[in-house]
Amino acid sequence: MTSNKRAVVAGHADYAAGMVSAVAQIAGLGEMFVPVSNTGLAPEAIEAALREQLQASGARVIFTDLPAGSATLAARRVARTDPGLTVVTGASLPALLSWACGCDLPVAVAKGKDSIVLLEGAGGP
Amino acid sequence: MALEHFRIDDRLIHGQVVVGWGQPLGLRFIVLVDDEVAESEWEQELYRMGVPPEMDLFFDSVESAARRLPGYRGDRRSGLLLTGDIPTMERLVAKAPGIDRVTVGGIHHKPGRVARLRYVFLTDDEEQRLRALATSGVRVTAQDVPGASPVPLAELLSGDGTG
Repeated sequence: MTSNKRAVVAGHADYAAGMVSAVAQIAGLGEMFVPVSNTGLAPEAIEAALREQLQASGARVIFTDLPAGSATLAARRVARTDPGLTVVTGASLPALLSWACGCDLPVAVAKGKDSIVLLEGAGGP
Repeated sequence: MALEHFRIDDRLIHGQVVVGWGQPLGLRFIVLVDDEVAESEWEQELYRMGVPPEMDLFFDSVESAARRLPGYRGDRRSGLLLTGDIPTMERLVAKAPGIDRVTVGGIHHKPGRVARLRYVFLTDDEEQRLRALATSGVRVTAQDVPGASPVPLAELLSGDGTG
């Protein structure tokens, strides 16, 4: 599969690199994502890293981990001056895979939400 | 309970504060002290999005925080006060007597800062300000997450960024 669409994945520690690595292993589409870690970075530096990677990759989407996380806040600051940019928070591997495999963002987000299942006891029904 | 935590963290509201400290301490309110944020509806909305519905978030300038501090202290819920930099906390301590403990939770890399801990980078001026706070009677320690041991100021200032 070839596609020009790209996204930045940003979050705590190795979250982004881990997500990209997993997408690469599962679907061979790791090149669609650019990882950014917030580790050791001041808020302004996270914002600068996001802007730099958006510009370098042409990405128009940023996936982040925690809605309250510093990467999300930085992404929202970037989006404030770049209205065509979309930020997805709480991004999971199923959501990233769905988007990478061709789903529109709302569908990918829904798939990410639907993939959270509580399997109690011996693995559920 | 009550307002017992005074934290300096350049990321202000973020995962480590809301989840890392918020859940184990049962935080029910955060006071964000920042003159610029206190004047900006957009900035306030940005930070409001980051806190769960059961947690109140109050925005104050240094002036208004000093005035309202007795009320915050009278709140029986567990609370945390945040500033984004050392000078802001320094000004608050000067205006609001009784702040006897301050935690450096995160000050990240910028040009001119030297790494002291993994999560604390300081300029000479910032180090001087922390020393002055300690000299004035405030117990200054560094601690990023609740499970870590507080790092005393002397150890913080002699660190090489690996601790």
